[in-house]
Amino acid sequence: MSYHLETAAQPANLRRVAIDTVSRVEGHGKVTILLDAQNQVRQVRLHIVEFRGFERFIQGRPFWEVPVMVQRLCGICPVSHHLAASKALDQVVGVKHLTPTAEKIRRLMHYGQMLQSHALHFFYLASPDLLFGFDSEASRRNIVGVAAAHPETARRGVLLRKFGQEVIRATAGKRVHGTGSIPGGVNKALTQEERALLLQDIYQIVGWSRDAVQLIKQLHLQNPALYNSFGICRSNTMSLVGQDGGMDFYHGRLRARDGSGGVLFDGVDYRDYSRHIQEEVKPWSYMKFPFFTAFGKKNGWYKVGPLARVQNCDQIPTPLAEAERREFVDYCGGVPSHAPLAYHWTRMIEMLHAAETIKDLLHDDDIVGSDLVRTGERAMEGVGVIEAPRGTLIHHYRVDEDDLVTMCNLIVSTTHNNQAMNEAIRNVARRYLDGREITEGLLNHIEVAIRCFDPCLSCATHALGQMPLAVELLDAGGARVHALARNGDGSIGEAPG
Amino acid sequence: MDAAVHKKVRVATTSLAGCFGCHTSFLDIDERLFDLLELVEFDRTPLTDIKEIGRCDIGIIEGGLCNAENVHVLREFRRQCRILIAIGACAINGGLPAQRNHLSLPLILEEVYHTSVGLANGLIPNDPELPLPLSKVRPLHEVVKVDYFIPGCPPPADAIWKSLMDILGGREPALGHGLIQYD
Repeated sequence: MSYHLETAAQPANLRRVAIDTVSRVEGHGKVTILLDAQNQVRQVRLHIVEFRGFERFIQGRPFWEVPVMVQRLCGICPVSHHLAASKALDQVVGVKHLTPTAEKIRRLMHYGQMLQSHALHFFYLASPDLLFGFDSEASRRNIVGVAAAHPETARRGVLLRKFGQEVIRATAGKRVHGTGSIPGGVNKALTQEERALLLQDIYQIVGWSRDAVQLIKQLHLQNPALYNSFGICRSNTMSLVGQDGGMDFYHGRLRARDGSGGVLFDGVDYRDYSRHIQEEVKPWSYMKFPFFTAFGKKNGWYKVGPLARVQNCDQIPTPLAEAERREFVDYCGGVPSHAPLAYHWTRMIEMLHAAETIKDLLHDDDIVGSDLVRTGERAMEGVGVIEAPRGTLIHHYRVDEDDLVTMCNLIVSTTHNNQAMNEAIRNVARRYLDGREITEGLLNHIEVAIRCFDPCLSCATHALGQMPLAVELLDAGGARVHALARNGDGSIGEAPG
Repeated sequence: MDAAVHKKVRVATTSLAGCFGCHTSFLDIDERLFDLLELVEFDRTPLTDIKEIGRCDIGIIEGGLCNAENVHVLREFRRQCRILIAIGACAINGGLPAQRNHLSLPLILEEVYHTSVGLANGLIPNDPELPLPLSKVRPLHEVVKVDYFIPGCPPPADAIWKSLMDILGGREPALGHGLIQYD
């Protein structure tokens, strides 16, 4: 299935411009743009260039290692993988319901992660474009520039992130790659001291989160023409929703809506994910392209993450964030927004919800409880799904009688957004680059569209490709002495040129 | 303004085949970042929009070598940086991604792109824009000389801070008990 601007008819005659590498995102992505002689855009692709092979090399490991190992998929959202793997392995150890303390510690860990990840993205990665302009001076367009021009904003961003990381440290044992969650529960609750320390700052954190929503709202409302149309990519959306249709990052059932907001499926047990989602492989990216099986490749692609979650759910169960959600929905006129820049507003609403939820959990005595783990009847398979900061995260494992992993399938949040990111950058390329001389600032417009999705590109790839290979022999002066090429079909011959 | 303005130390960072955990741990210096910015300026890093590294005093690299592009970037960093630091398990010994070293690439390729659960089509990505993978994941010091190694997965923020403060202060970096950890 090939979309408009995905594959140019005659690429050999076109001029190539590359953004290598996309900056201010997690992971490695490269954008290539092919232009014709009139500078019209003929092809735009976001290539995910990483491969590590987690799904394969995790096989053969004892299943209790998995929640610790899979965190190394990503250093920004390791908690997501830690908990998704734990939820899958809860099923393997036969635990249907965690103890109240265990569930709340995991929730606290997860919402702490939401807070720090969203703060990192907004303040450290995205804010330079939003505060200075997409084609502002490149050397200033970073957190250092923000710290110089808006020191209080930068300081708050740092402290919001710090608080989230401290919540993670208290619940997981370390800020990055902790060990607090295990199959069947957790291995540590909060101490009274840890709880008191976090309670000291939480009200300030809620207040600053609320201010962050006002900040992005102001930026959005000051420039509605830009924010409502930049990189528009209308699509279906998907997320987990809680029991009553409310927003829930930790657990729920799958709900999908179409571009107009109508429900496509709802209340789906996520253990059946493979019946609803398939993945397409394209030759030019290591990241796959998921779509809803029932709707086919052309119409079945979808967005996940804050823009999907805030619009997918019926309400947010904390009052300040719920008020912001209503304001956002009213602003959109009761129809779903498909504007990538609206991700920033909805991301800050989620950050506020995370802060409020952390406050509620800190007041709950269960988090200093001592009943941490349950056991049950051993099973051979488990699926764990969670809403990571960037979207729906799916972990699926099979385990044999020797307790070793025999199968691992991961669909990572950013993967779901693969087609949407490509659509967004094609939209931006046509609108801003067509017929014009390409400048660094214009290329940054493409990156701005990608950054809206807060992609986690390390997470999103697991596989690799067989490459054509060219070998050049250069003399000491750099002149080419000889060159051979192994072509894509495996044959070897003289390299051209 | 003081005529003899102290020139800032120029620092570049990158993640090769890393998870960004070491960069996250670096940012876990929290507000000390603002103190650091009095002493250093950033060249190419994931946080800035400089795409190609220029001449730098210090280069910090997390992640091991998984593809040809990683090797190219590593060599650029060595060429341009006076001091090169390998940070984290992946850069130092290959780390978790090196778990694939006992497996064959064609095997992994087959499994992930042909027989995996839920695939609509089976085909192995092979566009020339994708970097050539290495048959084995390697650590940095097998390709270039590395000046310092900060261990951990990731190293604690305090270890990164201590190392930087030592180097910026003209001292040989030393991590004491509590700052050297491997997990």
